[in-house]
Amino acid sequence: MRVGPGAYLLLSALLFGIGVAGVLIRRNAIVVFMCVELMLNAVNLSFIAFAKVNGALDGQVLAFFVMVVAAAEVVVGLGILVAIFRKRSSTSVDDINLLKG
Amino acid sequence: MTHLLATTAAERAELITFVLLAPLSVVAALGMVLSRNAVYSALLLVVNFFCLAGFYLLLEAQFVAVVEVIVYAGAIMVLFLFVLMLLGIGNEDVLRETIRGQRPAAAVLTLLLLAAVGAALLAGVFDAEPASLAAANADGNVQAVGRLLFTRYVFAFEAAGILLVVAAVGALILGKRRP
Repeated sequence: MRVGPGAYLLLSALLFGIGVAGVLIRRNAIVVFMCVELMLNAVNLSFIAFAKVNGALDGQVLAFFVMVVAAAEVVVGLGILVAIFRKRSSTSVDDINLLKG
Repeated sequence: MTHLLATTAAERAELITFVLLAPLSVVAALGMVLSRNAVYSALLLVVNFFCLAGFYLLLEAQFVAVVEVIVYAGAIMVLFLFVLMLLGIGNEDVLRETIRGQRPAAAVLTLLLLAAVGAALLAGVFDAEPASLAAANADGNVQAVGRLLFTRYVFAFEAAGILLVVAAVGALILGKRRP
């Protein structure tokens, strides 16, 4: 009885699905961001599971780069949120309709 | 014989750890999505990241596991909590629907996605036999990942550095109060 890569991939798919549901359901932009982080981490888990399947470390390097890009994205995204909050005093995605035609 | 016993013990340990951590990570993720309070969401996401770090250790990715805890649970989630506190947690999230039928549509679409991914997994890679990372990790996981980063992926590594600097400058400009 051992844990194969399939178990990790299924778990990764499940976490990704929960993240997708969160993005679709939640209205608070900060929580939507957290759900995006959850999705990125779910994909990282499958990268690392595949790295083990292939017996090479490239998957781990890729997961590292995903983390770097996620960090940059969070910094800019939260900066935008703070700027929006100053103008509209709300972080709900429903209130951000400046571009609505 | 001792070698065989040792591997089964390691496999048993991996199985036990996985069985403990997998439900915890799923429950933490669900709690993050369903919790009304954004601070609880952030803390549950930290729990989820710790579980993921545990999986990375099981998958022989020690470097990424430590980076996950330091960068994600340490730095990124602190940034999230900081912004949550800065913007005030008083204005709590309305969980009522603003678009009619959004919630059932979200549920159906998520289940469809899970079904598609599950079918792909069951059809293909589910029973893939894992190779061993023992050869690649021979003189340490950190050394091996570092060697890859500074040889094959050195261009991407430098580009990531530029990206981080640009992101920091961008956040500075976005956060500046205009007169």
